[in-house]
Amino acid sequence: MTTAPATKRNIFKRPEKPYVHPYLGGVILGIVLFLSFFLTGNGLGSSGATSRIDALIADAISPSHVDNNPYLLKLAGGDKNPLDDWIVPVFFGALLGGFASGWLNGRLKITTTKGPHISDRTRWLMAFLGGVLFLYGARMARGCTSGQALSGGATLAAGSWAIMFAIFGGAYGLAYFVRKLWN
Amino acid sequence: MNFPLSQFIAVSASNPWTYLVFGLIGFAFGFTLEMSGFGDSRKLAAQFYFKELTVLKVMFTAIVTTMVLLLGAVGLGILNFNQVWVNPTYLWSGIVGGLIMGIGFIIGGFCPTTSLASASTGKIDGMFFMLGGFFGAALFAETEPLFTHWYNNAGYYGRVTLDQVFHLPVGVVVLLVVLMALFMFWGAEQLERIFGKKDLSKEPKLRIAGAGMLLALALAVVFIGSPSLEERYQKLTFTRTETIPQLEGQPPIVNTYTYTADEMLANRLVFVSPAEAFKAKYNQAMNPVYLDVRSEADYNLYHIEGAVNVPFERIGEVVPVLLTEPPANTVFILMSNDESAAVQAWKVLVASSVPNVYILEGGVNNWIAFFGKEDETLKDVRPAPNPGPDHLAYLFPAALGNRYESCDPSPIKYEELEFEAKIQLQLKRDKSGGGCG
Repeated sequence: MTTAPATKRNIFKRPEKPYVHPYLGGVILGIVLFLSFFLTGNGLGSSGATSRIDALIADAISPSHVDNNPYLLKLAGGDKNPLDDWIVPVFFGALLGGFASGWLNGRLKITTTKGPHISDRTRWLMAFLGGVLFLYGARMARGCTSGQALSGGATLAAGSWAIMFAIFGGAYGLAYFVRKLWN
Repeated sequence: MNFPLSQFIAVSASNPWTYLVFGLIGFAFGFTLEMSGFGDSRKLAAQFYFKELTVLKVMFTAIVTTMVLLLGAVGLGILNFNQVWVNPTYLWSGIVGGLIMGIGFIIGGFCPTTSLASASTGKIDGMFFMLGGFFGAALFAETEPLFTHWYNNAGYYGRVTLDQVFHLPVGVVVLLVVLMALFMFWGAEQLERIFGKKDLSKEPKLRIAGAGMLLALALAVVFIGSPSLEERYQKLTFTRTETIPQLEGQPPIVNTYTYTADEMLANRLVFVSPAEAFKAKYNQAMNPVYLDVRSEADYNLYHIEGAVNVPFERIGEVVPVLLTEPPANTVFILMSNDESAAVQAWKVLVASSVPNVYILEGGVNNWIAFFGKEDETLKDVRPAPNPGPDHLAYLFPAALGNRYESCDPSPIKYEELEFEAKIQLQLKRDKSGGGCG
């Protein structure tokens, strides 16, 4: 939709292509999710990998701390490898896939996406805070927009539909108060 | 072939292909998100000011596409729905977590996976979101012990789907969700016209054909319906291993056999002797659950210590609990007075994909015959003259339930018991193996 200012560096200097139509993107995403369920019985997700990488770091710094925290214990207690879960290759695959699409479509740029009236620093701070809150909520709800709303929604999981409406409710409820960030 | 493929259900070092499969799935996921514009926080945030509803369109198109394909495949009997991960419902932690996620969404401009697509294409704000995410997830791990009881119990309903909540056939729910999504797409386009000043006449006409196809697929799902329990039972296969010990120094020979459900019954591979059923209680490797499928009246007359009474008519109601609740090493041992009701219950449970289900050989009558021989407390109990099929073969003067000695035989007295072991644990799925766990 938007083209970056000419001063920004476009890595590899490939021509920037427009995004695909939302409905087409949705159908492709739906087929990917279906294949994931069909072949492996698991949906898509990513927030679980964040927890697992955290658990790996915690286990490296202080294994005794992990053994005293029941939540971390389940992920990395004893000789458990916290990265031994399907969500970890999905996480790294998604990073790589995003990069590949950005590269093929000429969208690899060191830039900051933000509303017109805030500075880069404000945007970075808000992105950081948003990340803290989002992952905190995602772990509480046992999944994020991918693991719950998307995967759970498609399998008709009752709790996932409640979570999906809660996410949209939370965002719409606060949107008016933070409109300066985006408009 | 049965889907999902059992070798891909979890990643494991013994099958390195699993890493590649999940890596490729992740790759396609990240690729699609970036391609749809989700690497740009403005596109995501615009959703909440009604200017551009890309998030809703992509997400709901994906949900309904997956849903019709998935439940269509289930209806055709190619895909086993009980092997598909369905997020268990923890209503209250889900709703509170969802609201927090919504706040994070509008402040941060991303959700976790879109931040990956953003960070990997060089967006600095995406990288900050990811970094914040690691702090948020760590903060949750540190604070979870403060409210662990609420987190693990509040509004817990297990594996429930919308069709069970609303008591509707699955196909009807699929159709309703598709209709709701189409209505939302129409509404989203109207909002974009009003708030985003978008010219709808430039939108591809193909989307109307797409909507028509989606509706047709949903109607097909209604028409196909779900495979009956009987159809699923006929397709079941069981794998058994047989270990033949060899002379000293030689490794034992392990043979693997595959049986259908009826062959399992005919070869009596699922019938455990009273001795094995009793010894299972003291076996550290397994967690036996005794399911007594007789009437409540019979159960009250005599039942094994710890047995749970689920009258046969109600066996279907407990399936969702049996599928999600217990740890993976749980072994269900079914019993009726002799065997016939327990066999019927076994068919229902295995057809519903409940793992590790066995039947007490000869039922409760056989248990009493085996452990009751030396039970002094049973002295007033007389054999029934003509018990009839699947009836108690004894006349009890009082309903004492599990108060007889033989209901809970002494592990010391019966320490040495000979039996042919029939139980082979199938560790099908780790509970944490699915979802965002």
